Amino acid sequence: MTQQNIATPEHIEYVLRMGDNALILGQRLSEWCGHAPVLEEDMALANTALDLIGQARLLLTHAGKLEGQGRDEDQLAFLRVERDYRNVTLTELPNEDFGRTVVRNFLFAAFQVLLYQRLATSSDAELAAIAAKSLKEARYHLSHAGEWVIRLGDGTELSHARAQAALDYLWPYTAEFFAANPADDAVAAAGIGPAWASLEPEWEALVVPVLNEATLTVPARTPFRTYGKFGRHSEHMGHLLATMQYMQRTYPGAQW
Amino acid sequence: MLSETQAWQVLEGVPDPEIPVVSVVELGIVRELACGEDGLRVVVTPTYSGCPATEVIAESIRAALQAAGAGEVDIETRLDPAWTTDWIGETARDKLRAYGIAPPSGKAAVGGAQPIRFVAKAQTCPRCGSTDTERLSEFGATACKALYRCRACREPFEYFKPI
Repeated sequence: MTQQNIATPEHIEYVLRMGDNALILGQRLSEWCGHAPVLEEDMALANTALDLIGQARLLLTHAGKLEGQGRDEDQLAFLRVERDYRNVTLTELPNEDFGRTVVRNFLFAAFQVLLYQRLATSSDAELAAIAAKSLKEARYHLSHAGEWVIRLGDGTELSHARAQAALDYLWPYTAEFFAANPADDAVAAAGIGPAWASLEPEWEALVVPVLNEATLTVPARTPFRTYGKFGRHSEHMGHLLATMQYMQRTYPGAQW
Repeated sequence: MLSETQAWQVLEGVPDPEIPVVSVVELGIVRELACGEDGLRVVVTPTYSGCPATEVIAESIRAALQAAGAGEVDIETRLDPAWTTDWIGETARDKLRAYGIAPPSGKAAVGGAQPIRFVAKAQTCPRCGSTDTERLSEFGATACKALYRCRACREPFEYFKPI
């Protein structure tokens, strides 16, 4: 592959962020398997997790090839240290209740749909192909989670209160979607992917009408910022990694 | 050595591991096939990113071709263009129906984000043909299907989601 020779560290980082977002949220959602409030949602959350982990496999494999140091998807997924993960903090937060889970899925799927749409014209052909494929899945996740946000928000007093509490808790973390450092500018300039900030108006236009329909109050933006995408994670990340990495750390190189 | 025509015939006999009434060719998973000096090169595309059948499919393809005398079989996975249910042909759709799975209706959605839609479009029951059906679950036993119920014959059925 010629791409192997021309990939910049910023380019690799950009792909890793997308791969890690899908990996870590997929890992979180898999915790619901067998525990969801109804069977249909158990299947929905497990299927969403499966799609996300599938996307993570494609993205991490691609990142490994761009890096050109012989690391495969498994080595990237299971053998990095916490600070080398590039997922946004939102994806690593604990599931809490079903309300917080679906509100997070909704906020994240909206971001993923917009990002994958833009990546269709990426100068990285492999990334464009992965995005085009994953977009179909992300759209389905968005529609499914969006319906639940409306059901819960515009539901009973209790479901409304829980959905609003979930939104209040999660909203400040979404600012991180649009945060950038100089590396991101280089990626945008190279036509690899959109500048993160450019997605913000579209994202709000996508999520706010649904939140309004759900009779939820959209919180105001605050100065609170998280930077998991730059490797600075919350206290929840270590616990998640301990579970996720256990098998590979105990039996290095183990294969199914 | 197998000719290309023979190899295609072999692959038409390789069933999908989760929906064994249709072949991997009929589902549009096999994209290309080329005979080389010392073997065959097969290009496949995954249906869903996380479809657990992908690896089984690759192994079934290799095993079937080698059993037919193909020699070396090189399997390449290609994502572009992304797999779509639009590639499932009419014959395969009839087979799905006969097996109790409603085939994907209409063309796969393209363009903007899917609108929020509480009431799913009614699908035709593969058993009795009634359109008086309702969706029970947006996700089903495999990544590619949703679960429906027919109000006319009272039977549940699976629906192949159009993507």
